[in-house]
Amino acid sequence: MSSRDRILARVRSALADVPRTERPEDVEVPRDYDRTRSGPDVVELLVDRLVDYKAVVHEATDVAAAVADALRGRAARRVAAPVGIPAEWFGDAEAIRDDPALSAADLDALDGVVTGCAVAIAETGTIVLDGGDDQGRRALTLIPDYHLCVVRRDQIVRTVPEALERLDPSRPQTWISGPSATSDIELNRVEGVHGPRTLEVLIVRAVS
Amino acid sequence: MSGTFVGMPAFPEASSRAVDDAQLRYNLRKATHTIRARRAAVVGEQPDWAELRAAGAAIKDRTLRHLDVYLERLESAVTAAGGHVHWAEDAAEANRIIVDLVKATGETEVVKVKSMATQEIELNSALAAAGIRAYETDLAELIVQLGDDLPSHILVPAIHRNRAEIREIFTGRMAAWGRPAPENLEDDPRALAEAARLHLRERFLSAKVGISGANFAVAETGTLVVLESEGNGRMCLTLPETLISVVGIEKIVPTWRDLEVFMQLLPRSSTGERMNPYTSTWTGATEGQDFHLVLVDNGRTSVLADRVGRQALRCIRCSACLNVCPVYERAGGHAYGSVYPGPIGAILTPQLHGIAGPLEESLPYASTLCGACYEVCPVAIDIPEVLLDLRAKVVTKGHRGERLAMGAARRVLDNPKWLAMAQRSAGRLRRWAPRRLPGPLSAWSDTREVPVPPRESFRDWWVRRPNQEGDR
Repeated sequence: MSSRDRILARVRSALADVPRTERPEDVEVPRDYDRTRSGPDVVELLVDRLVDYKAVVHEATDVAAAVADALRGRAARRVAAPVGIPAEWFGDAEAIRDDPALSAADLDALDGVVTGCAVAIAETGTIVLDGGDDQGRRALTLIPDYHLCVVRRDQIVRTVPEALERLDPSRPQTWISGPSATSDIELNRVEGVHGPRTLEVLIVRAVS
Repeated sequence: MSGTFVGMPAFPEASSRAVDDAQLRYNLRKATHTIRARRAAVVGEQPDWAELRAAGAAIKDRTLRHLDVYLERLESAVTAAGGHVHWAEDAAEANRIIVDLVKATGETEVVKVKSMATQEIELNSALAAAGIRAYETDLAELIVQLGDDLPSHILVPAIHRNRAEIREIFTGRMAAWGRPAPENLEDDPRALAEAARLHLRERFLSAKVGISGANFAVAETGTLVVLESEGNGRMCLTLPETLISVVGIEKIVPTWRDLEVFMQLLPRSSTGERMNPYTSTWTGATEGQDFHLVLVDNGRTSVLADRVGRQALRCIRCSACLNVCPVYERAGGHAYGSVYPGPIGAILTPQLHGIAGPLEESLPYASTLCGACYEVCPVAIDIPEVLLDLRAKVVTKGHRGERLAMGAARRVLDNPKWLAMAQRSAGRLRRWAPRRLPGPLSAWSDTREVPVPPRESFRDWWVRRPNQEGDR
């Protein structure tokens, strides 16, 4: 008998009090919590939450100009660029493509990364990446110290349940709520540890 | 090498040491009160908190009542997504599996994400014994590892250390583990976090093997979920070629949709944030990685078999119960003698180990039964109920003296003649009633007044008193 079989047998004998006819779905789960809510405009809410986490937030209509401006403002010269991000967004900065795949050391030498996102959650100030063409693999948004993320108005939902409905669990996801942070020293929040120390978000209201 | 909890003294002894440490009490009070206020604020702004809590408890109950079904479902989903699933009955088997997996890569170093499961099985010692060095990368775990210390809190393992102590540890110990601390390091939290960033950066970028736990494992899809703050988790989960995740069998949730409940409950209860800075989810072998899932029992099936105690397996390790507990605030985490401190530890440790020794016997009493832990628990674990149930178990199988005393009392109370005789002799001897009880019983009388027996028992008085109107 393998450990697997022994553990499963122990689980079954531990559950001797559960009627044999009971199916998992028979254990009722009350789902009276809110799927969505009314409240302030989701863009305003998202901005408020992101600012609370010490992220830098702008609203823009001309994405290409706004990205180029932001990169210039950070003096970011060499910037990681997922395949789905158009070259014309980068202005004077150089778009470094991840093809062939950049090494960790290559990524560490870059000034930043520009991505889109899959979903943004207003109530919690969360941006979700799922490795789509405009986001790239996970290391791209992890190693460079500056992450500029473009969020379209139609990608913003209000609540966590609304976000999960839109997400595909088979894709690797990274949920980002502000720059990296720690509260390990006397419970004081300090922004900027191992992940990007600067998170800048561009919210684009008009659907282009 | 960090310490071990094996052979820890029982709670009363360990806690009295902590209570005498003024610095520790100050650190703990400051930290627990800060996080308590933060949690209350973000829970307060969530209008459907009660409904989320009810759903969270029910989802966990559904999982636990059908755990065999969900374990098999998880295994096949992870395997279908290219991952490898291993099963470990106890700590020794889990460690053996992990050591073999690391050896197979040919590496002698691993980077670790903070994980309660790997602490529980004392993985770092097992790796060290096999010549493999494990680097903790969570800031608080790093402080504990460098300081050759023990964790004292589930979420913030170095909660017992203040900034000045952390500066000392970094300055004195970082060089032995890699890049030394910067010269003239100050004790400002910002500077200390920066020192940790520099110390670990190169290690992350070159790591070949990562070891993690998981907050949730989704049976339906095989997806694992890790919540964190610093980005060390993302580094360890993403960059290494081989990822080994060590997960207790109770960490399962049935469906992807169920995460909509826990992703609201956990961050608000744990760090008191609307959302933690980073959450990673992945399914099987991801972006070319070699992925191994080690499912660990290590006493969990015994907890599952206890119909009252089973609810402890709902725990999502948020640590809200520690932060509100008046006993934890004064005794600190080390007094609980296990990686699971506080109210949840007081029920989980004796259940996982069995009521095996003085530590496990004492833990169910490490509580005032005030119920604050139950109130803040995001999955509604009735900790006082389980504590009382465990106390009953300690009495019936544990404390011999208490069992003898209770047996004698039962005989006397069962028989009116015996009772009357005992009461009369007590009344006659009342002048000699001691203020302090002898031997081990003095522990009881040192903190209480010993009651003086009455001159006459109620029954005797009732019989003696003159007949009155209305009496038969």
